[in-house]
Amino acid sequence: MIHCVLHDPNDSVAVVVVEGVKAGTTLTGLVLDLDRTITLPCVQDIPLGHKVALKDMAAGDTVIEYGVDIGKVVQPIRTGQHAHVHNIKTKRW
Amino acid sequence: MQKSFWGYRRENGRVGVRNHVVILPVDDLSNTACEAVAHNVKGTMAIPHPYGRLQFGADLDLHFRTLIGAGANPNVAAVVVIGIEEGWTKKVVDGIAAAGKPVTGFGIELHGDHDTIMRASKAAKEYLQWASERQRVICDLEDLWVSTKCGESDTTSGCGANPTVGDAFDKLYAAGCTLVFGETTELTGGERIVAARCRDDKVRAQFMAMFDRYQAVIERHKTSDLSDSQPTKGNIAGGLTTIEEKALGNIQKIGKKCVVDGVLDKAEAPTGPGLWFMDSSSAAAEMVTLCAASGFVVHFFPTGQGNVIGNPILPVIKICANPRTVRTMSEHIDVDTSGLLQRELTMGAAGDKLLDMMFRTVNGRLTAAEALGHREFVLTRLYESA
Repeated sequence: MIHCVLHDPNDSVAVVVVEGVKAGTTLTGLVLDLDRTITLPCVQDIPLGHKVALKDMAAGDTVIEYGVDIGKVVQPIRTGQHAHVHNIKTKRW
Repeated sequence: MQKSFWGYRRENGRVGVRNHVVILPVDDLSNTACEAVAHNVKGTMAIPHPYGRLQFGADLDLHFRTLIGAGANPNVAAVVVIGIEEGWTKKVVDGIAAAGKPVTGFGIELHGDHDTIMRASKAAKEYLQWASERQRVICDLEDLWVSTKCGESDTTSGCGANPTVGDAFDKLYAAGCTLVFGETTELTGGERIVAARCRDDKVRAQFMAMFDRYQAVIERHKTSDLSDSQPTKGNIAGGLTTIEEKALGNIQKIGKKCVVDGVLDKAEAPTGPGLWFMDSSSAAAEMVTLCAASGFVVHFFPTGQGNVIGNPILPVIKICANPRTVRTMSEHIDVDTSGLLQRELTMGAAGDKLLDMMFRTVNGRLTAAEALGHREFVLTRLYESA
């Protein structure tokens, strides 16, 4: 089963694509552009469609998704944590 | 991929995939009379709306362009126009007549609702019976104009539904079709990527001018970082975090090979085949209404959380890759590509699945939105009325 997908192998976040992802699960991630899989830990419950961090990030770091800058980290994030509006904000507005 | 479809060839050579007789109000005062005519003549369709009074300047131009374009759309067989007074009514009638389409107008002043409804109903009945004898003929695929806009997006849109449209768009582009995408602010974070896909420096400059103008509007009026409006609460509940992330997902709809050949103002018709960018709102029904006014005849609408809108004139095909949405809102979804996210479907197969539904739709199959009676017709306003 694929738990999450990432667009580009350099992405710092992946998108959870199944319901019921719970803390402590080892996730299988599909790299869409390459059609190969990776595994990663998940340390929080993550809802369907929400993101899981693929690496530790500090406040001020740039979040990479689709291989490009999609925002800035505003609260520190650890690998396997839920990455969303509580720790990532837009740089544009 | 099939190379032809069954369409209605209209007087101006354009091909439609529906055969509507529309009762079109010029203004809000005329909605009641239009609805009464549609009630009297079963099978005609009124498209009420709230505007058309005391507008001026570019906002008024857009109003006329939208109404005339909607009436002239190849999916429409004939039009009855009703307005409060003769002058602006005639302007809409003349605009639609320029496309060669059968159209008649009625002004309510000096007549009242009842007399207007009676005379308009007689015209509508003649048009309906005339339209009912129009036959579909075989048309080349390149005569098909296809629009796209995503709505109620979430992260599955960027991963699955939007790239499905992109794959289909790459194939339709190669076949010589006329295509359009838009949602100006929703490219924020990805505008450089779109700019790089423009045909030449001239188109690139036109695109960036439109993008920058819309950014200035946001900057002038915003009271926050818009993280409630763009992205919307629905986007955020679905996992989209920033406008940049939403933009990268949005841009997947133009595939990998399409070139942006030109730009269009709101409701402006393209002048040739290829992929066009239309300056437009990201509000779903507004943008789809602009596509209908611009002359597009079928619409690809990828959704994540479950957008439900349709359009009276333009059949809207809903594509979804979110497994929960296809389960809980199944009546709204035409094409399920959730298999992409479980590696059960390749991107090429997903694009083909959408194209297969496109051919079925243009050949007559009613979309979910059509079957459910979703006929959202929403006019874009530029500023306050006088």
